[in-house]
Amino acid sequence: MGFFDRTARSLLLGEFVSSFWLALKYFVKPKATVNYPYEKGPISPRFRGEHALRRYPNGEERCIACKLCEAICPAQAITIEAAPRQEDGVRRTTRYDIDMTKCIYCGFCQEACPVDAIVEGPNFEFAVETREELLYDKERLLSNGDRWEYEISKNIELDAPYR
Amino acid sequence: MIVQALAFYLFAAVLTAAALMVVIARNPVHSVLFLILAFFNAAGLFVLLGAEFVAMILVIVYVGAVAVLFMFVVMMLDIDFVELRQGFLNYLPAGLLVGFVLVMELILVVGAGSMNAGAPQTAVPAAPPEGMTNTEALGRILYTDYAYLFQVAGLILLAAMIGAIVLTLRAREGVRRQVIADQIARTPALGMELKDVKPGQGI
Amino acid sequence: MVEWNALWEGYGWPLTVIIGQILLVAVGVLVSLAFLLLADRKIWAAVQLRRGPNVVGPFGLLQSFADFFKFALKEIIIPDGANKGVFLLAPLITFVLAFIAWAVIPFADGWVISDINVGILYIFAISSLGVYGIVMGGWASNSKYPFLGSLRSAAQMVSYEVSIGFVMVTVLLCAGSLNLSEIVRAQKNIWFFIPLFPMFVIFLVSALAETNRPPFDLAEAESELVAGYQTEYSSTPFLLFMIGEYLNIVLMCAMTVILFLGGWLPPFDMAPFTYVPEIVWFILKILLVFFFFAMVKAFVPRYRYDQLMRLGWKVFLPFSLVWVVVTAGVLTAFDLAP
Repeated sequence: MGFFDRTARSLLLGEFVSSFWLALKYFVKPKATVNYPYEKGPISPRFRGEHALRRYPNGEERCIACKLCEAICPAQAITIEAAPRQEDGVRRTTRYDIDMTKCIYCGFCQEACPVDAIVEGPNFEFAVETREELLYDKERLLSNGDRWEYEISKNIELDAPYR
Repeated sequence: MIVQALAFYLFAAVLTAAALMVVIARNPVHSVLFLILAFFNAAGLFVLLGAEFVAMILVIVYVGAVAVLFMFVVMMLDIDFVELRQGFLNYLPAGLLVGFVLVMELILVVGAGSMNAGAPQTAVPAAPPEGMTNTEALGRILYTDYAYLFQVAGLILLAAMIGAIVLTLRAREGVRRQVIADQIARTPALGMELKDVKPGQGI
Repeated sequence: MVEWNALWEGYGWPLTVIIGQILLVAVGVLVSLAFLLLADRKIWAAVQLRRGPNVVGPFGLLQSFADFFKFALKEIIIPDGANKGVFLLAPLITFVLAFIAWAVIPFADGWVISDINVGILYIFAISSLGVYGIVMGGWASNSKYPFLGSLRSAAQMVSYEVSIGFVMVTVLLCAGSLNLSEIVRAQKNIWFFIPLFPMFVIFLVSALAETNRPPFDLAEAESELVAGYQTEYSSTPFLLFMIGEYLNIVLMCAMTVILFLGGWLPPFDMAPFTYVPEIVWFILKILLVFFFFAMVKAFVPRYRYDQLMRLGWKVFLPFSLVWVVVTAGVLTAFDLAP
């Protein structure tokens, strides 16, 4: 570019005009983001979201209180206490707490679980207003499992061939 | 009429109070803020007089530019207020004397007409002709009758500006300056060199 | 009774009319400001291939109102070392100044609250006062970043006011009046942005700098100064700063329209264009300029401070000065001066 060419361009704000044009082109381009609360991006079957305790189809809870998840949890977010159940004397958990403020969502608990009881579901929208609400107890986890059972079992089925 | 009188007394009262606060405020930044308030009320008085051009120029020049610079300096200075107040009483007689002289002069200027009824009333300006805004009237006088004085005033200001620049400008050694034209003129061809490096040889 | 009647005729009724007009303009401007704020965010988002606010109301149309309530309901935090009076006065000053400037803006022929003779000087005076809100806010916060931000902003606004002043002088030379309505009427034949194109560009850029808009938002450059003079502000004071700032931006858009884009005049003085009400043209033009402002925010990188000063004092000031002389010369030589 010669001197005159350059000067003319800079006086006529050449760079500004061309960048304006570029910005206009981007302005009318289709959006790269999704319309989030109404529209969500695809999630892998392996997605590790909110925890859930699953049940067998007959309503019996899967967890057998082996405490492998508690042992492997790197953040020590899981607390389990176990005892024989009142009615039939079967060993079950009396307490199963996950501190979601400690959890790092590594997924080791669901890997360690021999009966697929504790799993990380596809739900990632569980923001709450107080810290206390993030200290999940057994009841909460079981209800999570009931609510998300369909998606969770579907995901496990889809992921099974790769395990 | 009564509204105008009320407005006048309001402006005048606030102006005087603000001017007083400029002097007695403890914090210099507050003083500057009161000064601005005083300027504002002076502009309001000008508007009441029907001199809206002068009022606006007062606001633009004094409030918009001069007072900002005051504020700048005062804000940045680290002034010890206590030390500043110590000599206050020593200067009181001199200050009172200056104030007294000013008040006497004001009385003489304002009261000249009433004291000596026969004296020509030069101080009273003629109202601008009908259908002419006071901006136009001011321009007509400034650029015809007082054109030379106006130019001289401009020259004096120019001289002051050049003087200030000359006093503060110093050429320092070893200062590297940005030459924007050169930077813009740089092209990829000038800025980099492509080399074909053989494997295992380096440059 | 007669006296009361006369008093009502003389003061009461005009006062009511004026207050009505003020309320109409203030509310109209505020409501449209809410949507302009949203438009600003949406345009910015669109250039970055984002969607922007989309949840509150259809297409996020009520986002600004939600923000308003959020700001208004939060706690006002005043820093310990702050100069309390000045700290709270500063946002009020910004807010009030941004509003009172609208008193002289002609929305259509005759649609103006106060049709004063020195309208353009009034606008200039008000916009030159805008710096006080920022300087006072920065100083009263008693904190480093706000102080630096306010110093920057003060120097910046004072610098760019000079070139805005010269741009206004050229327009005045062509229009022959300081009254904003007269300036618009003088553009009946040709809008001033055609003969005065360079000044139009300078005015646009200076308006960006004067309102602390990107790429000249050095007073609140978040990468350097956190949020500049707004750092210590929260809740309603912050809201007042925000509204004042955006009102100033819209005001500058309106000034661009009045000075250069023919105000309320239709683009062609012909049948289909003249059917549209004048105020619609005015608003459409403001929207056009605002769109430009919002786009500039999206694609221009921030200036460095010394470059900003160089542009103001070494490029714009001499150029506009020369252009004033050239315009005056041409007008006199060809006897075009009004």
